[in-house]
Amino acid sequence: MNPFEYQRVDQSQKAVNAIVRSKQAKFLAGGTNLIDLMKLEVERPAHLVDINHLPLSNIEQLPNGGLRLGALARNSDTADHPLVRKNYPLLSQAILAGASPQLRNMATNGGNLLQRTRCYYFMDIGFPQCNKRAPGSGCGAIEGFNRIHAILGASDQCIATHPSDMCVALTALEAQVRVLGPRGERMIAMKDFHRLPGNTPQMDTNLNPDELILSIDLPSSPYAAHSHYLKMRDRASYAFALVSVAAALDLDGDNIRGARLALGGVAHKPWRSEEAEAALVGKPVGPEAFAAAAEQAVQGAKTYKHNAFKVVMAKRSIVRALTVAGGRA
Amino acid sequence: MSVIGAPITRVDGKLKVTGEAKYSAEFQVPNVAQAVMVRSTIPNGKIVSMDTARAQRVAGVIAILTPSNAPKLPQGGKAGIHPPAGRNLSLLQDDEVHYNGQPIALVVAESLHAALYAKSLIAVRYQPAPPKLDFMAEMDASHPGHHGKDPADEGRGDVEAGLAQAEVKVDEIYATPIQTHNPMEPHATIAKWDGDHLTLYDATQYVSGVKSSMAKTLGIPDDNIRVICPFVGGGFGCKGSMWSHVVLAAMAAKQINRPVKIALERPQMFGPVGARPQTYQHIVLGATRDGKLTSVRHDVHCHTSVMEDFLEPSAVQTRMLYACPNLTTSHRLVPLNLGVPTFQRAPGEATGTFALESAMDELAYKLNMDPLQLRLVNYAEEDPQSKKPFTGKHLRECYSRGAEKFGWSKRNHEPRSMQENGQLIGWGMATATYPGNRMAASALVRFLPNGRVLVASGTQDLGTGTYTIMSQVAADTLGISTDLIDVKLGDTTLPKAPVSGGSMSAASVTPAVKVAATQARLKILTMAAGDSQSPVHGATPEELDFKDGKVFRKASPDKSVSFTEILARQGNKPVEATGDAQPEQDAERFSAHSFGAVFAEVSVDPQLGTVRVRRVVGVYDVGKLLNKKTGASQFIGGIVWGISLALFEEAHVDPHTGRIANANLSEYHVPVNADIPDIDVSVIDIPDMNFNPLGARGIGEIGITGAGGAVANAVYHATGKRIREAPITADKLLA
Repeated sequence: MNPFEYQRVDQSQKAVNAIVRSKQAKFLAGGTNLIDLMKLEVERPAHLVDINHLPLSNIEQLPNGGLRLGALARNSDTADHPLVRKNYPLLSQAILAGASPQLRNMATNGGNLLQRTRCYYFMDIGFPQCNKRAPGSGCGAIEGFNRIHAILGASDQCIATHPSDMCVALTALEAQVRVLGPRGERMIAMKDFHRLPGNTPQMDTNLNPDELILSIDLPSSPYAAHSHYLKMRDRASYAFALVSVAAALDLDGDNIRGARLALGGVAHKPWRSEEAEAALVGKPVGPEAFAAAAEQAVQGAKTYKHNAFKVVMAKRSIVRALTVAGGRA
Repeated sequence: MSVIGAPITRVDGKLKVTGEAKYSAEFQVPNVAQAVMVRSTIPNGKIVSMDTARAQRVAGVIAILTPSNAPKLPQGGKAGIHPPAGRNLSLLQDDEVHYNGQPIALVVAESLHAALYAKSLIAVRYQPAPPKLDFMAEMDASHPGHHGKDPADEGRGDVEAGLAQAEVKVDEIYATPIQTHNPMEPHATIAKWDGDHLTLYDATQYVSGVKSSMAKTLGIPDDNIRVICPFVGGGFGCKGSMWSHVVLAAMAAKQINRPVKIALERPQMFGPVGARPQTYQHIVLGATRDGKLTSVRHDVHCHTSVMEDFLEPSAVQTRMLYACPNLTTSHRLVPLNLGVPTFQRAPGEATGTFALESAMDELAYKLNMDPLQLRLVNYAEEDPQSKKPFTGKHLRECYSRGAEKFGWSKRNHEPRSMQENGQLIGWGMATATYPGNRMAASALVRFLPNGRVLVASGTQDLGTGTYTIMSQVAADTLGISTDLIDVKLGDTTLPKAPVSGGSMSAASVTPAVKVAATQARLKILTMAAGDSQSPVHGATPEELDFKDGKVFRKASPDKSVSFTEILARQGNKPVEATGDAQPEQDAERFSAHSFGAVFAEVSVDPQLGTVRVRRVVGVYDVGKLLNKKTGASQFIGGIVWGISLALFEEAHVDPHTGRIANANLSEYHVPVNADIPDIDVSVIDIPDMNFNPLGARGIGEIGITGAGGAVANAVYHATGKRIREAPITADKLLA
């Protein structure tokens, strides 16, 4: 681990000011990802701005009926919050599917959004190639061991996946990310928050380096009654998703009035399939509509030597998640 | 009830849960410097240059040992090699790189942080050479390998003729991946020189092995070295040998004239300290319609390192597990540019029974015969290879008791026939087996004037319960409570004991404890009889007995004298005896093996391919079980690892760089609590007096054997899909 300066701030504006001043500064919140990556020398910030004492830990109802999740509210507190459990059970399930209790007790909501990929070639600096870690060095995964890698939206520069469960649910729920930068506040829609790798895989998100996440705002949702988060992984807990599905249905009797479908573990960002959602709307709940949506969701999938199974796994997981969400399991 | 076999709580348990048990890295050695290993990032080639200038300038850096400045060792550092115990190490004696992750330098600093930071500033230039990394491609270039006294190739009869007689055949390939041990406690060493005497606090399964390997490697007398290891946080085989970091610590400590500590980082547990090799096992079974095996072929290829031959002897148990007149087995090594592989819990049997027991299950299905019945049809009454009688074998009882506990008779043989709540249910079984090993060992028993008894041996407790069973055997022999006994182990100044491997510590050390206790007791009796003030004055030892610390005439138990009184009158000096025990002289007359039967139930999601183990029943014949509580934990731990072998574990080698891709505990999957169901273990508990005076064979390894096969067979029964390549992950079931 490289030596670094440490600074604690108590106001959001001071945090932004601090980060603007130093090019190699990073915010430190729960530290569950950043500190690990510093130990691995993947991240070498010269300056850490500790934001744990900013007043951003609240979870509060918004006037429009939505819910504001403070950026520094811990994942476990968020998952267990009565309003999250009642109005956004999909989010609660997704958070609880991730990591371990110890990690969720430390990890913050803002930090969860900024988790970096678990791609082996990114996580180990002993691998010579990783365009995300060392732009221009190549991608070790494309011709390497790529069982956990992306099948959708990847590029010839990077086939890493985004590791978060929480973000998959937030994407399905059309959350907005409220951020503060040197020029004030702005909102970023969840679907635009994370990026596809393209030619700049080193950039995970559209958050500017000098911007601070203040909160994640959830709109009021008609999906609380019929949703399900399904996570496929190599063991019962404490493993990243091979494929995960956030499925939500707004039902009018047996008819699907609205649908939300997002996948995790398959792309560089939480993968929302509006095509699959469209294929569900107006159809009766049932295996036919679910299977058609599953086909839509994996359209354009490109697989590599070790991850071809993810297409079948994704389709079957989508059908299962929708079946459970629809109350038909 | 005898104290032997009693479910006594481990005597070191309180020390462990209160944090008082001191593990190797935790010894507080004044003025200790911290060292970290720098590792190669190519799989094959030479180091051209190593620029340490920036690293040297980091505040707190004391020394950086590289191939160009490291102290030269006798025979280029190879003086201690006597595989498989003395390994081919990476001791900075040359510029060769044989695998990715090989230790190539050592940074020593005042603090761990300084050492790690300095390490990150070292720039290495290599001249790479093409690596051998493709197991399948290198198979043609394999060569025979052997494992200890077991020959690589062995057989009997005429397998071709046997196959010609066969009415039913199975001919399949089974494969298991590289598995790393990953004990909870990573390897750690503190090396401290006092003049030309070296003290090592080392996490090891073999204190006296480290002592002799280190002495040879450094070219110093054995007697100049002391190795201390009171507690081990799991070994599983990877701490059975002395690896590079131990010698590097000693070299660095000598060079800087200060104690040096190295504690391996978790990723360093993948490569420099061994792993279970990948296996590729070709099994051919031939049988008559009634299930009698007519021919068995088991040909094993496993990888080894280009640095050294190490064999996973997966076909050895096949030679004796079932009666069959015609058999052939072979082992071939495939050298790759990977770290030296090593012993891992039941080396050979863990992977071999996965393959053989899967094949037996396949045969049962081809015969339309109950898999348990097939085992009974081929039951071996004597060792079919050596033709020797077993020291003791009660496998039939294991099968029947296990089947009854599990409810095997309710099984519907048809695959996919059992379902529950939309999940496919599968029941599978397999035979477990592991040799009964034993070596010479010594122990001492010392009566102390304060009324306590010390029992000591230079053995190790890997977390298995050695402290506890030593205490029990001494207590039983002396007729005193275990509360009055203190046990010392893990120190080369104590009487010598073998490696805690091969499931032989209990079987080797407890007979020595028994001998020592018997002799020490006799000394006390003799002293009591010779003590004119004692009520037993003038008696012969045969007339005397000793119980609860008191000597008395058998004829008049109420007139007694305590050993503390006797010691007090003799100047309050302790009285001790050392006992040696070795395998029985007629051991070669017998074939010594433990056996067991494992039954597993799984559920499999028919659409998603998710496998869950729902329950496991294991019944074992290990002779006398010395402690039903610590023993059960050992069996359970073994079964957990068998489940892991079947479903989870695999170290993935990057095909181009030879780096282990998932060298950490988040991506190298071992089971979590939620993966492990109710596990019911029990033992037949008939003492095996042909094996040793306690009738106890070791139990450390048998738990993992058979368990993987039982789970794999249950998955087949649930799904109708035979996955022959471990681990059985959802992607394979969806394919």
